[in-house]
Amino acid sequence: METAVDVKVQQEVAIRRRKREIWMERIFLALAWVSILITMSILLAILGKLFADGLTRISWQFITSFPSRRPEEAGIFSAWVGTIYVMFLTALIALPLGIGAAVYLEEFSRRNWFTRLIELNISNLAGIPAIIYGLLGLQVFVRWFKMGESVLAGACTLAIMSLPVIIVASREALRAVPNSIREAALALGATKWQTVRDHILPLAIPGILTGTILALSRAIGEAAPLVTIGALTFIAFLPKSPFDPFTVLPIQAYNWVSRPQPEFHRNAAAALIILLVLLLLMNSAAIYLRNRYQQRWRI
Amino acid sequence: METKRITRWVHWQEKFVVVLLFAFASVSVVITLAIAISLGVEAIGFFREVPIWRFLTEKEWTPLFSIKKFGILPLVCGTFLVAGIAMIIAIPIGILMATYLAEHSSERVRRLLKPTIEILAGIPSVLYGYFALLFVTPLLQKFIPNLTGFNALSPGIVLAFMVLPTITSLSEDIIYAVPQSIREASLALGATKLQTTFRAVLPAASSGIVAACLLGFSRAIGETMLVTIAAGQMPNLTINPLEPIQTMTAYIVQVSLGDVPHGSLEYRTIFAVGLALFLMTLAFNLLGLFLRERFVRTFQRLG
Repeated sequence: METAVDVKVQQEVAIRRRKREIWMERIFLALAWVSILITMSILLAILGKLFADGLTRISWQFITSFPSRRPEEAGIFSAWVGTIYVMFLTALIALPLGIGAAVYLEEFSRRNWFTRLIELNISNLAGIPAIIYGLLGLQVFVRWFKMGESVLAGACTLAIMSLPVIIVASREALRAVPNSIREAALALGATKWQTVRDHILPLAIPGILTGTILALSRAIGEAAPLVTIGALTFIAFLPKSPFDPFTVLPIQAYNWVSRPQPEFHRNAAAALIILLVLLLLMNSAAIYLRNRYQQRWRI
Repeated sequence: METKRITRWVHWQEKFVVVLLFAFASVSVVITLAIAISLGVEAIGFFREVPIWRFLTEKEWTPLFSIKKFGILPLVCGTFLVAGIAMIIAIPIGILMATYLAEHSSERVRRLLKPTIEILAGIPSVLYGYFALLFVTPLLQKFIPNLTGFNALSPGIVLAFMVLPTITSLSEDIIYAVPQSIREASLALGATKLQTTFRAVLPAASSGIVAACLLGFSRAIGETMLVTIAAGQMPNLTINPLEPIQTMTAYIVQVSLGDVPHGSLEYRTIFAVGLALFLMTLAFNLLGLFLRERFVRTFQRLG
């Protein structure tokens, strides 16, 4: 008789506890979903505000005009040309350096204190604020190397800034190539460099390019380092050589948003939409490359 | 004879390539040295004219005025105020989302949400600044009438969502990496899924999650264009988020945009401020990397 009552009490306690657990779980899930909804609505609000302000301002005139004191005549010709110019030069400088460093660390290096130092150093470089790279570029490229406030100085600065990301992405791509390929090439008498050049790199290149494009798209949206090296905000001509002064889309947009007139704010929104389209194109290219060339190894 | 020549050629090529690639890998070390030297040279020049104790203790920052004061405290205060607001919002949201995505969400939700969160990381900071200045500030002014056009609150809120992807994805990776055996042990002892998450998995992942938050904070204090656009250009020693302030990064931009001659004291101030910022982010990054390393080492044996 007593034991039956005990069992019943125990059951009730267990049920109450279970109910409380269910409620806790519900609260947790609700909080998680509220967080997700807040994040999503911020993302939508950013894009919504941008397109509501800027979409109607985009026209052929806007894309092919130089900046002007009159907002309705102003355009982003020098800015988008400058952006693409800087981007290509940046890729030209950063890609060989990044791939070379990654190949060394992944394929040639021995595990010693210096390799360890380089690795720690790269993860640390990735966390340094963009504006510090701007100060580095101002001092080293603009002053010491006497490049002036040129496209080249900007590209060198952005290349150095995106190098850590490119190295990390390239190493991952190299690591994804299975060891059997290396062993097969080495067993046939190829040297280490021949193995890397003829077998490993061709297989890893799509992954490396994907990472590089993503790194470049980050770098090109960043205005801070280029403002710091002294890229101008008002350029009424196109840069002809790498030694000419230049401006880029984010700097042009910053210049317009920091003016009081709402007409300029619309211009800023329109310029930012063009910048987003450019970033979107780059990201799509990266995703295409990844899907098109992604190898599925069967080992 | 011919084979011997080819062999020798291949041998030399091999040596040359190894040296070349080693040089490329060393570039990263050269970059770190270049940062230290380029900031250091100008900062030393600055501290020769302005004693370091004045830099660290004075309460005003007016190097561009006729009466010059060189106390970095207002800039540091502004930086930490904005970053602090951002972290108050980003840490709970980030950890909640990371926990949910790693432990409780279905694979479909996970695959949909992760790239969406990553979009936030890809948005240029000028656009965040535009959003803070022209959308969030006017919106907040409806509820807080005495909010000035430039303030710390609005960029702080927006900055939270800028560093959110860093905190979320790093924390999620860490939670995901907690060995399955810990979950199984907890569940086998009769714990529910939620109890397992909060009493077994999250404590195990705590050092890694703290690391994620530190790296997020380091990104927040280094963010530039957003705070330059929306927080103002007024060095202000205050913890009131409704007032305009100036961050260290915004000061560097302000001077860079003006026409300050190379070698002048004003020019050198940005390197002194840059050096201070560099040392701060370095400290947070190294601490974060150290904690993450410790997490990895703890679970290597179990994994």
